[in-house]
Amino acid sequence: MDSAAALRSHPERPSAGVAASRQGGSVTALVRPVEHPLGHLDLLESLAIFIIREVAAESERPVLLFSGGKDSAVLLHLAAKAFKPGRIPFPVLHVDTGHNFHEVLEYRDAQVEAEGARLLVASVQDSIDQGRVADPGPVASRNRLQTTTLLDAINANAFDAAFGGARRDEDKARAKERVLSFRDSFGQWDPKRQRPELWQLYQGSVRPGEHLRAFPLSDWTELDIWQYIRRERIELPSIYYAHEREVVERDGMLLAVSEWVSPEAGEHVSKETVRFRTVGDATCTGAVRSDAGSVEEIIREISASRISERGATRADDRFSETAMEDRKREGYF
Amino acid sequence: MTTLPGSPPAGGAEVGADTMDLLRFATIGSVDDGKSTLIGRLLFDTRQLFDDQLTAIETASERRGLGEVDLSFVTDGLRAEREQGITIDVAYRYAATPHRKFVIADCPGHVQYTRNMATGASTADLALVLVDATAGLREQSRRHVCIAALLGVDQLVVCANKMDLVGWDRSAYQRIADEMEALARRLGITSCIVIPISALHGDNVVDRSDAAPWYDGPTVLDALESAQAGGWAAQHTGHARHNAQRQLGTGARLPVQWVLRQPGGGRSYAGMVNGGPFRVGDPVVVLPQGSSTTIRAIETADGPLQRAEVGLSVSLRLADHLDVSRGDLIAAADGAPEVTDTFEATVCWFQEQPLSVGDRLRLKHTTRVTPVVVESIAGIFDVNDLRVSAADELQENEIGVVTLRTATPLAVDAYEVDRITGSFVLIDERSFATIAAGMVGPPRLHD
Repeated sequence: MDSAAALRSHPERPSAGVAASRQGGSVTALVRPVEHPLGHLDLLESLAIFIIREVAAESERPVLLFSGGKDSAVLLHLAAKAFKPGRIPFPVLHVDTGHNFHEVLEYRDAQVEAEGARLLVASVQDSIDQGRVADPGPVASRNRLQTTTLLDAINANAFDAAFGGARRDEDKARAKERVLSFRDSFGQWDPKRQRPELWQLYQGSVRPGEHLRAFPLSDWTELDIWQYIRRERIELPSIYYAHEREVVERDGMLLAVSEWVSPEAGEHVSKETVRFRTVGDATCTGAVRSDAGSVEEIIREISASRISERGATRADDRFSETAMEDRKREGYF
Repeated sequence: MTTLPGSPPAGGAEVGADTMDLLRFATIGSVDDGKSTLIGRLLFDTRQLFDDQLTAIETASERRGLGEVDLSFVTDGLRAEREQGITIDVAYRYAATPHRKFVIADCPGHVQYTRNMATGASTADLALVLVDATAGLREQSRRHVCIAALLGVDQLVVCANKMDLVGWDRSAYQRIADEMEALARRLGITSCIVIPISALHGDNVVDRSDAAPWYDGPTVLDALESAQAGGWAAQHTGHARHNAQRQLGTGARLPVQWVLRQPGGGRSYAGMVNGGPFRVGDPVVVLPQGSSTTIRAIETADGPLQRAEVGLSVSLRLADHLDVSRGDLIAAADGAPEVTDTFEATVCWFQEQPLSVGDRLRLKHTTRVTPVVVESIAGIFDVNDLRVSAADELQENEIGVVTLRTATPLAVDAYEVDRITGSFVLIDERSFATIAAGMVGPPRLHD
């Protein structure tokens, strides 16, 4: 029998909370869940703050990677909360591909200033000008080139820990990564030789030249992020909310028309009401058709979505089955 | 072309509320017993998979010439895993039903990846144990159940899998149930449910199967939704609950992570609460130095609190000016932990090179790192007869009972009563790799 045929689909969500019954002496004890005083957002926030404090205390020169996207916005907010009433005790680094949405750059500057943090910018254009990476041409995606720029910035500043906003629910390779992810002196991730990571004993010692990536949002889902943005009233770049924009459809994605993206033969420009579900290099980050103009509407929209966040919006994951794993091995975020 | 029929929509209704509870569980058991397939099935049948993820799994299955859709690809995401059809490292997946959120750690079954299984199980509220009904309970399954129990996981949902391959034979199920229950009892596990399933076909996973009319217990999803949750960070409240029954009980603890300067002078000590709640005015001691004071205020970025629950990151202001640094422990004066530099511990050894008496390592306990030396090795814990037998060394993936002496005294609890102040890791002095998981006290066994 074809096992595909054995996979039954279910028109309705399974009914939940059926009380288990005693069976043949197999059920030793089965109790209803006890109400915990802290909800899931409290627990996620609390653990993220714990991780941020732990890494800040154990590393010599930590840095927070900030793209201006929603996950890094939440990360910056948590870092600020972890050290209040003091300031964030490490700088913020933006790896700038040069292919930016201007709304995101304005947002970046405003947020970093509001938190009283120090902003460092590492530019992919500089890496190209210095001959560190080959120039792929003015309109090609610079997503993969960011790795060299990032690793050069980590080396130049002797950073031994870099906080990132990556979440395990984003991608199957990220799903495998530790909260504290060890990078060798070449910046590489080896998924077959990860350090054990038990309990909350986040152990971040490294030798000179090596570094850690720290992911305090590891266990957050896209929905958790938006619920937290709602609860904490975190400001985001306007492109996350529905707006009118000129787009071209390419490889099943809507790309914003800009100085780097113009219609190719056979493509035509249309004006659509869209929003961005992720924010990255403008040449490979797609918009989604959406009328969701508020956090509340976005939460409703993603709750009903049949497409994952990266599946809907990232061309860079479509190159191969293991695109993210391959990039991460090289030292990508 | 292999396809998944009428894939159900992912995501589901917005759970909306910011106060759902969170159950963390880990899949454990021997290689090829179907752990990853079960998680794939559970996520598919509860409509947690997105269309693009399903399409990617179909394509990947076809490219490997499997002729059928391999649901284990939902969690086996690494190139090497798909190539070999095994799980190498833990994959974390997230699911939600109207009742609760789930954090799923899908662990590898191979003995060589025991360290990764321990990583996944160390933060679990519950272990989902897979046993191949055609093979019965294997040594590797027993090893995993023992490690999970030593790590303090006290709820088991055992799946007698591949029941379709034994014709849904009730006696095959009963043998597994009897063996597992006996093992669970010895290991002090409080809840053990055994369910006959077929992960491949979905019987008794989300939907009740007609294939085993003799079974009227819960499905896997029922059991997961009815289990005791708490968010693992708060699960020592679980211990506290058992302890209350046994008249033991631990008090509140806060390992100091960071010293915050408060405006207008004064300091507060940041960390996460465990063991029990703190209240303003509570008498506390600062360990290891032993000075006594009371809590003047509990601060958070959102304002002060009168009471701080277990699992919450806060900072404490103390009534007296004391010398308190990162690595110190603030504990409720009543029932404070013991301060010692020498203690017995149960250790899971993860390194190829064996652990021997006299070895010098580093040890991380709560927020303190200190040099440590192995004073003696009492023996190895045998997963087959559940006894400690004499040994000079611990080989890779063995569990041993050792005595350690640290350079600075530590405020430790028995792991049995507190998973935070009772746990530690050992670190290689040269590579800084984490090479062992340690639990204060000997293995807990019940006759």
